[in-house]
Amino acid sequence: MYAQMIKSEATQDDPEKVAAFQARIDAGDKIEPKDWMPEGYRKTLIRQIGQHAHSEIVGQLPEGNWITRAPTLERKAILLAKVQDEAGHGLYLYCAAETLGVSRDELTEMLLDGRMKYSSIFAYPTLTWADMGAVGWLVDGAAIMNQVPLQRTSYGPYARAMVRICKEESFHQRQGFDVMMKMANGTAAQKRMAQDALNRLWYPSLMMFGPSDSDSVHSEQSMAWKIKMNGNDELRQKFVDQTVPQAEYLGLTIPDENLKWNDAKGGYDFSQPDWSEFFDVLKGNGPCSVERIEARQKAWDDGAWVREARMAHAAKKRAQKIAAE
Amino acid sequence: MSVQGLIRLGDNTLILGQRLSEWCGHGPALEEDIALANTALDLIGQTQLWLGLAAERSGNGQTADTLAYHRDAWDFRNLLLVEQPNKDFAVTMMRQFLFDTWHYEMLNALTDHIDPEISAIAQKSVKEVTYHRERSTDTVIALGDGTDESHTRMQTALDRLWPYVGEMFSADEDDLMDMAALRPKFDVHLSETLQESTLTQPESDFFHQGGKTGARHSEHLGHMLATMQVLPRSYPDAKW
Repeated sequence: MYAQMIKSEATQDDPEKVAAFQARIDAGDKIEPKDWMPEGYRKTLIRQIGQHAHSEIVGQLPEGNWITRAPTLERKAILLAKVQDEAGHGLYLYCAAETLGVSRDELTEMLLDGRMKYSSIFAYPTLTWADMGAVGWLVDGAAIMNQVPLQRTSYGPYARAMVRICKEESFHQRQGFDVMMKMANGTAAQKRMAQDALNRLWYPSLMMFGPSDSDSVHSEQSMAWKIKMNGNDELRQKFVDQTVPQAEYLGLTIPDENLKWNDAKGGYDFSQPDWSEFFDVLKGNGPCSVERIEARQKAWDDGAWVREARMAHAAKKRAQKIAAE
Repeated sequence: MSVQGLIRLGDNTLILGQRLSEWCGHGPALEEDIALANTALDLIGQTQLWLGLAAERSGNGQTADTLAYHRDAWDFRNLLLVEQPNKDFAVTMMRQFLFDTWHYEMLNALTDHIDPEISAIAQKSVKEVTYHRERSTDTVIALGDGTDESHTRMQTALDRLWPYVGEMFSADEDDLMDMAALRPKFDVHLSETLQESTLTQPESDFFHQGGKTGARHSEHLGHMLATMQVLPRSYPDAKW
C-alpha cells in the first residue's frame, strides 16, 4: 500500500494511561492532536502518514513522465489535474503528520536520506501511454482498497485527510480505466501497449498490499490502534476479485497461469508476487529507485534558494509592519 | 475575423502550458509545484477554447487537437517568449510574470470584442489569468527582494528575457486587437512590480521577432513539439 511494512513502535508509557487510551479507541473515539497518546502510537503514525505523503509526492514522477507527451489536450489536462491532486494529497498528509510534532522539512530529509520510504510501486517505470491507464486502474484501485477503511482510522486529522483523498482517488481510478478502455479497444499497437502495461504492473500492484499477514510482525498493534484497518491478504484478495472481471471486460489477460475462480472460498486463487523483488525494491533496488530519489533531491537542492528567499522576504515584511506600528 | 489571430492566442497558451508542465514533481516546494501545475492546467483549458474556435472557423475539418498535434514548428504562431526553456525557477517565474502581465491586459481588452465567442472566451480566461498575474507578481517581488542570491537570479532572468518582451506589442493585421495599445498599462504594472522587487528594468528596446508570425522560431520549439506530438504522429490511426 502507500504505507508498507510500517513497524509499530514500542510504547513505554504508564499502563493505566495506555489502557484508558485503548478504551477510547475501542469505543470508536477519534484521537485529536492535543489528546494524550502513547509515544508508540505517535511515532508509528508519523512513520505511516509520512510514508503515505512521500508516496504521493514520489508518485507524481512516474505520471509526470507522460504529461508532456499526453496524446490529446483533454488527456493532458486530466493528467495535470490528477498529478496536481496527488501533490495536494501530499500536502494534507504532511499537515496531518505535522500535528504529531514533526515538520514537513524533517520528513523530507528523512525521505531523501533513506530513513523513510515511499510505496514500492513508484520505483517502477512508466514506459508507454497505457501505463497512465494502468496506474489509474490498478495502482489507484489498490490504494483505494486501503484508503476507504482508513477514513475510519482512530487519528482524527489522518481520517479527515483520507476522506478528501478518497473522493479524488475514485475519480483517478475511473479516468485510468477509461484510458485502458480506449487502449484495449484501439489499434493493434494500442492493445499491445495495454497488455504490456498489465503484464508489467500486475505483480507490483499486488505487492502494494505488503507481504502476507503471516509474515508481517507489525500488524497486530497497529490494528488494535485502528491505524491499520484490514489485513494485507484480505485486501489483496479483495483487489484481485474486483480486478479480474474488469480485465476480462477489457479483453486483457492477467499474467498469472494459476488464476482460477475458487467456488469454495468465493474468490480467485492467484499467484503471489516475487517477494524477494519486493524486498529488493524496499532496499532501494527498484528499477527507478535511484532516479526517483535523485529527482526529489534535485528539486529539494535546486529549490533551496527559493524557500530561503520567500522566508527572507516574509521576515522583511514583518519587520516593516512592526516598524510602522 | 482572423483565424491566425485565434491560433496565436491558442499557441501561446499551449506552448506555455506545455513548458510549465515540465515542472511537475520538480518544484522548489509543494505549494509551488501545485501552483505551476494549476497554471498549466488553466492554460491548456484556454488552448482547447482558442484552438477549438480557430478550428471551427477555419472550416476545413480541423480540431483543437489536430492543430496542436499535427502542425510543425513553422506553422506555430506563439510568442518567442513562451517557448524559452524553463532554466531555473527564476527564469520560469520571470517569464510567467512578463507573459501574465501582457496576457491579463490583452484578455481584458478582448472581453469587449465585437465577436461574442471571442469575448466569451476572454471573459472566462481573464478570471484565471487575474490569479496567475497576482501570483507571478507576488513571486517576482518576494524573490527579487528576498536574498542576495534570489535577487541576482531574478535580475539575471529579467535581463535574459527582456529581448522577448517587445514582440508581445508588435502589431499586425492578423491580431484580434491592437497589441501596441496594451504597452502603457503593461509598463505601469511592470515598473511598480520591479520597484517593489528592487529589480532594474533593462534599458535596451531591442527585441527578437518571428514567433507570432512564424517567420523564425527559436531552436527550442522543435524539441518541444517532438516531445508533445510523439504519440499522435507515431500512431496516426489511434484514438486516445
